[in-house]
Amino acid sequence: MASPGPDTARYGGNTSCVEVEGNEGTILVLDAGTGLRRLTTALPQPLTRVDFLLTHLHLDHLQGLGFFGPLYQEGVEIHVWGPGGVTHKLGKRLTRYLSPPLFPVHLRSLPSNIQLHETGEGEREIGEFRVRSDYVCHPGPTMGYRIENGGAVIAYLPDHEPALGVQDFPGDPEWTSGYGLAREADLLIHDAQYTQEEYPSHVGWGHSSIEDAIRFGALARVRQLVLFHHDPQHTDDDLDRIGKEVLGIVDDPEIVTLGKEGDSYELGR
Amino acid sequence: MPPVEIILARQLASYLSVPIFVVDPDGDLLFYNEPAERIIGTRFDETGKMAMEEWTTVFEPTDEDGVSIPPPELPLVATLETRQPALRSLYIRGLDGELRRITTVSVPLLAQGKRFVGVLAFFWEVK
Repeated sequence: MASPGPDTARYGGNTSCVEVEGNEGTILVLDAGTGLRRLTTALPQPLTRVDFLLTHLHLDHLQGLGFFGPLYQEGVEIHVWGPGGVTHKLGKRLTRYLSPPLFPVHLRSLPSNIQLHETGEGEREIGEFRVRSDYVCHPGPTMGYRIENGGAVIAYLPDHEPALGVQDFPGDPEWTSGYGLAREADLLIHDAQYTQEEYPSHVGWGHSSIEDAIRFGALARVRQLVLFHHDPQHTDDDLDRIGKEVLGIVDDPEIVTLGKEGDSYELGR
Repeated sequence: MPPVEIILARQLASYLSVPIFVVDPDGDLLFYNEPAERIIGTRFDETGKMAMEEWTTVFEPTDEDGVSIPPPELPLVATLETRQPALRSLYIRGLDGELRRITTVSVPLLAQGKRFVGVLAFFWEVK
């Protein structure tokens, strides 16, 4: 859940939302957590099209969508990509939230041009980006995304427990959830919710320990790893301490960063 | 690489004391666990992945009368074809040369997005 407040002012307390902007102006928004509110103010104007890539529909990854201003503007193309469920399609699952009593506005009542796309395992072109999606280890249908453009690769696995059930993690990369998406990415944004002490009491919850996230990044030979999806109980001071401890044990501290709201990365070769 | 459901199936199999085969949609045997090793008479580390043509014949499956069971009549192969569970008792000769009577039930793995990602076969020795 979101955890704004003075204790999280430096790292941020919003839930997952990441913007990817291409050189030709294609805008991808990865997840629609509460961070979407702040992201909206930074979007280029006028906005004609935006593509949301939702990893899954847990509320912390969706809660910002109903408050996204362009949804209420005519003529804006809003593409929402996300996983369907076993028994319900994406649209029906989205409207569980975007409808009364949980939200006062019906999805179908919005004036913008909303198009829903069910992702599964596969690839597609979105503007200038090539986007690959695949299911990853997390409760419920959950995607990870690999986004490529001009040789640069971003991998986005914000809710992911790659070490679940693996007795000696990491094992064979071919048998590691998410490996195919993250392999040799320039930037991996990965779940790093728990400390090593916290993780044993949260096994199976679908989130990674920080150490496992680092091991996963090393396994995938990524160039830069952003530790993401901080536990809402972790304050800025906690994260500072965790950061010092963690970066003290990695081989190359330069490639591992604790994600902070507002951080940006420029990629390209 | 295998889909996450198969990865989790392998991990589950590695934790259970029930002999289990994990097979992909092409019928290739991707993994069998330690209890299964005791029945088929060799370790997964030694055989690795086995193509369907190999595992459906190398264990010499026969019925109660000793008649060879053709691959399409094996429960696991039937499940691959029909995507329905299947159950049967039969005899196999392990790679250690021992003849064993087993009962096997195979279950299709139908995943998110209407994907058929493989089959889990549980089997046990009937003594």
